[in-house]
Amino acid sequence: MKTFNYHTPKDVKEASNLASTSSAFLAGGMTTIPSLKLGLATYKDIIDIKSIKKLSGIKVSGKSVTIGATTKHAEVAASKEVQKAIPALAKLAGNIGDAQVRNRGTIGGSISNNDPSACYPSACMALNAVIHTNSRKIPAEKFFTGMFETALKKGELVEAVEFQVPEKADYQKHPNPASRYAIIGVFVAKHKKEVNVAVTGAKSCVYIDKDLSKKLSSSFSSSAIEGMKVDDSEMNSDMHASSEYRANLVSLYAKKAVEAC
Amino acid sequence: MASLVGSRVERKEDGRFLQGKGRYTADINIANQTYAIFVRSPHARAKIKSVDTSKALKSSGVVGVLTGKEIAEDKIGGLIAGWAIRSEDGSEMKVPANPPLAKDVANFVGEPIAVVFAETLDEAKEGAEKVKVDYKVLKAVVDPADAMKSEAIHDGVDKNLCYDWLLGDRKAVDEAFAKADKIIKVDLINNRLVPNAMEPRACVVDYNTASEEITLYTTSQNPHLSRLVMSAFGGVAPENKLRVVAPDVGGGFGSKINVYNEEIVCSWASKKIERPIKWVAERTESFLTDTHGRDHVTHAELAVTKEGKFLGFKNETIANLGAYARVFGTVTPTYLFGPCATGVYVIPAAYSNVKAVYTNTAPVDAYRGAGRPEATYTIERLVEKAAMELGIDKTEIRMKNFPTEFPFKQTLVHTVDSGDYVAGLEKAKQMADYAGFEARRKKSEVNGKLRGIGVSSYFEACGIAPSAAVMSLGCGVGLWESAEVRFNPTGQISVFTGAHSHGQSHQTTFAQIAADELGVPMENIDVVHGDTDKGTFGMGTYGSRSLTVGGIAIVNACKKIVAKGKRVAAKMLEVNEDEIEFKDGEFVALKSNKKKTIGEIAFACYLPGQRDEMKSPIPEGDEPGLIESSFFDPANFSFPAGSHICEVEIDPDTGNVKVEKYTAVDDFGRIVNPMIVEGQVHGGIAQGIGQALHENTQYDETGQLMTASYMDYTMPRADNFPEFNLGFTCTHATSNPLGVKGCGEAGAIASPPTVMNAVIDALGGQEISMPATAEKVWKACKTLKKSNAKAA
Repeated sequence: MKTFNYHTPKDVKEASNLASTSSAFLAGGMTTIPSLKLGLATYKDIIDIKSIKKLSGIKVSGKSVTIGATTKHAEVAASKEVQKAIPALAKLAGNIGDAQVRNRGTIGGSISNNDPSACYPSACMALNAVIHTNSRKIPAEKFFTGMFETALKKGELVEAVEFQVPEKADYQKHPNPASRYAIIGVFVAKHKKEVNVAVTGAKSCVYIDKDLSKKLSSSFSSSAIEGMKVDDSEMNSDMHASSEYRANLVSLYAKKAVEAC
Repeated sequence: MASLVGSRVERKEDGRFLQGKGRYTADINIANQTYAIFVRSPHARAKIKSVDTSKALKSSGVVGVLTGKEIAEDKIGGLIAGWAIRSEDGSEMKVPANPPLAKDVANFVGEPIAVVFAETLDEAKEGAEKVKVDYKVLKAVVDPADAMKSEAIHDGVDKNLCYDWLLGDRKAVDEAFAKADKIIKVDLINNRLVPNAMEPRACVVDYNTASEEITLYTTSQNPHLSRLVMSAFGGVAPENKLRVVAPDVGGGFGSKINVYNEEIVCSWASKKIERPIKWVAERTESFLTDTHGRDHVTHAELAVTKEGKFLGFKNETIANLGAYARVFGTVTPTYLFGPCATGVYVIPAAYSNVKAVYTNTAPVDAYRGAGRPEATYTIERLVEKAAMELGIDKTEIRMKNFPTEFPFKQTLVHTVDSGDYVAGLEKAKQMADYAGFEARRKKSEVNGKLRGIGVSSYFEACGIAPSAAVMSLGCGVGLWESAEVRFNPTGQISVFTGAHSHGQSHQTTFAQIAADELGVPMENIDVVHGDTDKGTFGMGTYGSRSLTVGGIAIVNACKKIVAKGKRVAAKMLEVNEDEIEFKDGEFVALKSNKKKTIGEIAFACYLPGQRDEMKSPIPEGDEPGLIESSFFDPANFSFPAGSHICEVEIDPDTGNVKVEKYTAVDDFGRIVNPMIVEGQVHGGIAQGIGQALHENTQYDETGQLMTASYMDYTMPRADNFPEFNLGFTCTHATSNPLGVKGCGEAGAIASPPTVMNAVIDALGGQEISMPATAEKVWKACKTLKKSNAKAA
């Protein structure tokens, strides 16, 4: 590991001011630390935001669940309030990685990294989340811009994620047997006016499957999408799963999710 | 006193391992040590045009940089193939030189080219990045099936062929096939596996400038052999100036048999730079450079009558050796594979033909089971397919062809001393509720699932012996084992063994054996292993040999102790030796009932006299002290055997395979510690299920290892397994006085075909290759659905 400057800012403003083109914010470090160790990434400055109290915690109001950026997956999974408001979100958090990952990894880290196989981005998309940063509020559909890319600018830091409480929701994933990341993951959320089917793992970036969402918006039942073919032309094809297999799984897991709602 | 052999004694090792008190190589630090980082080839095949170390040498903290040029100049020998195999035409196998640091050409990704030593690990890494190697990249040979048609990667090795080996009689097989009602054929790939010992390889070398002795701490399954190879072939130091210590070792599975490049290089370099050196592999280095396992491409045929009697067997296999032939690399696909491929059956005619090829991939060597899993997979796939094609029950066809009399002269090489294959399969059927399967299949069907059942019956030839026989077949060493039993004057005992425990629990089981022989509490016995400065030369642990060979050496040494004890006791009790009985640790004069404990005898042997009396307890012709050693060379292999039955349930929508039930009935002869044996079987089955369903080593066409981390290489985990249902039958081995048979590899040998037979059964006989990953199974389910629709 190359040497770097390690900072522990007290507040978001200080953290933001420390940021440069060769810096990284560090929360759980589930991606940053292995990248540093393997020499895949080098930074001049590591800005550890874990001690900024304001960034951690869960707030539930009638219409929304707001989770602070440095809140750990295990905390979301164990939160009685989240379990009550959006059980699918607690379930998703409880199935990320393994116990070690869940006790270090954070929601802010996960969505800022925007790994194409991460679970949280699908929840953000399906639950019409708004990403609160230190300078603005970004709707989820504008936040995730591409593989490992987001709308975040230099020095911009995710402070919290505000999820819309749906009528019903469920998340189903087919884990990669080696890494247990999602080969595909499907988050189905039924809101008052529409149904969102967000898919992770299948393409280079999380997306809303418009066909599945439309069908389910007009009739929220698994029979509505039974055997529905999903277009696999843009899907990932790698040694873990072909695009054809992924497309099959998206359709199948969407159905499973609807049934579990 | 109750016998300890046969009881579930808790492991002596657990206390320190479970509390993190194990002392592994990476835990050892020597004052003033430097850290080594190896510069490795990023290419599968490349000419090394030049290596420029000048910038690295100037890098902060760097103490030295060495390359293939220096090691060649110092005439340090390379890595060796331990077993010379002859081709069918009588020619000797072709083995390329395998220098510890590649000088002219690199032949697999990860092959070491240079090494950097520095004051800190980070400085060594920094320095290694500054070594500039100029490569000319060449086209790599990766697929073993294509290797013989590809450009030769080693000078003088035509068609990349190491040997073209035959065992058996082609003519007799042809005649048998001509008489057959049906020929069953399979094309199989035995997938390459990465051993993944929990502890990565490591070495720490301490060169003593005063005594000129090298001490090498290393992750080895066989420290004495390592020393022999490094001294005799490497020329690193004379054997008496080289001490090899393998302290706690966290798993080997065969991958720590070899002496590796890093150990040779660091031992040589420590003397050169006159500093201690520490090297610990990172996980990626383990993936890239530990010897891998399996990797066979097989076409096999079984000639059968319509009643299901086996007439003949043929086996044509291409075995991938990887880039170089290593210690057991050449024997694993020949003598450890070919003879076992006829399985537990009476087959009048058979042959195995194996072509071993070099490719630009990591060297392949012994991995838990070594050759026998590949053999069992071959025959058990054939047998299962024969049952299906002939419409005979899969257990019945096996029963029909089992030998019923022992010794059983197996078709190709082995004479199996003992066993009862019928009893084993009957017991397995009962434990697995084989009869109730159809009902369970129907129940799964109602839930939209496909259920399958698979059987495999196996035998294993382990504890390779005797030495004269194995050396006649090309082995470079004899495969005996040694032991020394030392009584201390105060009665505690050290048992030295040449075997090495890296998960096998020898400290417990060997102490059980010695305690029974000597009639002393186990607590008084320490089992000492893993240090060439302690105890006699030994061959190490692999091939399920430790108990059947090493354990017997302990028994024999104990018997010598008791024999001497009797002589001493007779003199002390003033009776004839034949009037002394040894029981429960006491020498009893039968007539007078006077006795001496074995501790008193030991004391007398070391302090042979007493004040005011000129009288020695040591009989004429005997010497003081109480130390005995034994070298045991068994008359034959030991032949554990058994039958395993597995049930899987497949979700046709996802292709997910769930192992629902797994039953194993094994015959390991007499069992020393059932708890430890069960642990060995569990581990073996887990590895076998890993091979069958999960582990998928993949190189791309340029020879890059695609599955070089746990992100991509699927290790099986606890939630992949059901509770294993274990049973034992017990026929004593006749080739050793304890009647024991090896148990370490059986699970990994029997389980891949058992699981695959179940998967293929669920898929209506559609063959798929290992590992049966979800996507592969899903595709097969789609095909099945189509053919079922057509039939309807």
